Amino acid sequence: MEILDEGKGELLGWVDPEEHREWVRKNKCLSMEDKTMDLHEAISKFVRDGSYIAMGGFGHVRVSMAAIYEIIRQRKRDLIVAGKTAVHDLDVLIAADCVSKVEVAYSFGHELRGLSPASRRAVESGRVKVAAEWSNAAFQWRFKAAASGLPFIPAYVLLGTDTFKRSAAKVVKDPFTGRPICLIPACFPDVAIIHVHRCDKYGNCQIDGAFVMDYELARAAKRLIITTEEIVSTEEIKKEPWRTCIPYFYVDAVVEVPYGCHPCNMPGCYYFDEEHIAEYLRMTRTEEGTKEYFNKYVFGVEDFNDYLELVGGVEKLNYLRRLEQGRAKFVYPWISS
Amino acid sequence: MSKVKYTQTEMMIVAASRLLEDGKTVFTGTGMPILAALLAKKTHAPRLAIIYEAGGMCPEIPPTIPISVGDSMTTYKAIMAASMDYVMNFIQAGYGEYAFLGAAQIDIYGNINTTVIGPYDKPKVRLPGSGGANDFGSLCWRIIVLMRQDKQRFVERVDFVTTPGYLSGPGAREKAGLPRGTGPWRVITQLGIYGFDDQDKRMTLLSVHPGVSIEDVQNNSSFPIKIPKKVEVTPEPTDEELKVLRSLDPYGVVLRK
Repeated sequence: MEILDEGKGELLGWVDPEEHREWVRKNKCLSMEDKTMDLHEAISKFVRDGSYIAMGGFGHVRVSMAAIYEIIRQRKRDLIVAGKTAVHDLDVLIAADCVSKVEVAYSFGHELRGLSPASRRAVESGRVKVAAEWSNAAFQWRFKAAASGLPFIPAYVLLGTDTFKRSAAKVVKDPFTGRPICLIPACFPDVAIIHVHRCDKYGNCQIDGAFVMDYELARAAKRLIITTEEIVSTEEIKKEPWRTCIPYFYVDAVVEVPYGCHPCNMPGCYYFDEEHIAEYLRMTRTEEGTKEYFNKYVFGVEDFNDYLELVGGVEKLNYLRRLEQGRAKFVYPWISS
Repeated sequence: MSKVKYTQTEMMIVAASRLLEDGKTVFTGTGMPILAALLAKKTHAPRLAIIYEAGGMCPEIPPTIPISVGDSMTTYKAIMAASMDYVMNFIQAGYGEYAFLGAAQIDIYGNINTTVIGPYDKPKVRLPGSGGANDFGSLCWRIIVLMRQDKQRFVERVDFVTTPGYLSGPGAREKAGLPRGTGPWRVITQLGIYGFDDQDKRMTLLSVHPGVSIEDVQNNSSFPIKIPKKVEVTPEPTDEELKVLRSLDPYGVVLRK
């Protein structure tokens, strides 16, 4: 195939699929075994300084904030993060100085809430480097290629743009149509962390709501940490096998963390804690405030349960549940008045 | 003449909603576009299928508007909670009629920047990047851009082409390999509605909003906008449209912002 154009972004997370197959055969556990452990163990075992990590969910929806706080608590450094629509998850990691590189599809913003003060400081000063630009579809196709054990996926996106020039994709002449087509390289993250609604102790998972790219990401990553709202029996999973979206083969750790997505939105369970997010956005406007935030909410607490007490305990969590059911009044403290 | 006073934001949303034909698909981001799609569904386009990139397909009107294109409001009484792969393949295969995009900068050919203001390696402002915009802008049939207009936003050259418009002009999209028949279709600002000339693909004024002059349009653009012989005036929002619109955003998340 004739190469017509090449993006000059850094190609991260790519390995020859042959190598990946061999790595899988050597390292992945194919028998159904108890994978439960606590957060401290899961993070210290699988996340290393410099690891390429990708978070499941959608930036501030069904993200494993409990795992992110644990990464910060363990002072992991120089992480490379997939900004595959990364919002609160990535911003918090950057603010805590755990990140040195980001691949960007959507990053450094909080969607409707505006840009991230902490991430903007980090990127505009050069402390965090953007290694490549992608689009959301391109990023998820990178995971899909990896999940399929293929080197790339062809697609009609990125073509003709600066996003392409800063990506690590290539344009070739398609041997079937004769027209240019974009080849999107696979991405095999070192670790993916996905928060789910329920799973058994082996890691057979169910997700309620939109899957976003977690079908693909779960299979693309070398190591997969599952945090879950609850651990259920395998009998429960077997009652409705069609609901299993991640089977145990891919899973390396299962950690039960109720409300593990707070202050973000866990579809069907609890809504955004807008008051907490507003406090975070306010405090991270300055370096001092950022330090204060982490001292208070991460280093100043024993564990995630302690954190939940600090952010308002049962009363707050019940309120977030009622919000999700549309039974309480929504608040938006970040709206400029 | 509407009796109720309305804001520029409301004018933009109402104008956008009127463009959406019933029985088609529309892909929206957060903010004004969601309200435009919901307003269309509540008024003239009840069979409009609203789809979100994270996987929400055809939700009903939610109790509050989504903050994220992946939050639980995007699957509120939906027909399917799918995945991004599902939605992106759906549009790549030709099922995506309308998509709304925002822009920090746009040029005469409708190329859009949402990545960086200033030089890429030393940005003045680092913006979030493409998100799904490059995908929608590449794959959907009719792109509607909703943005504020001034000389910093309507620029001769965007600092970064995040999402393809007509690139360097006629034929350029096809040459790059983008699916034929796609591209920017309308741009709606606080001043008016624009289209793109069939022949030279340059931005052309279609209508000015009430009270806006052609000079206002030109004075708020760094590139020359084509002005046709006869310029229409965008009809004002009706009282009914405003009533429905405000009911869709009871907390003023977008309308008060």
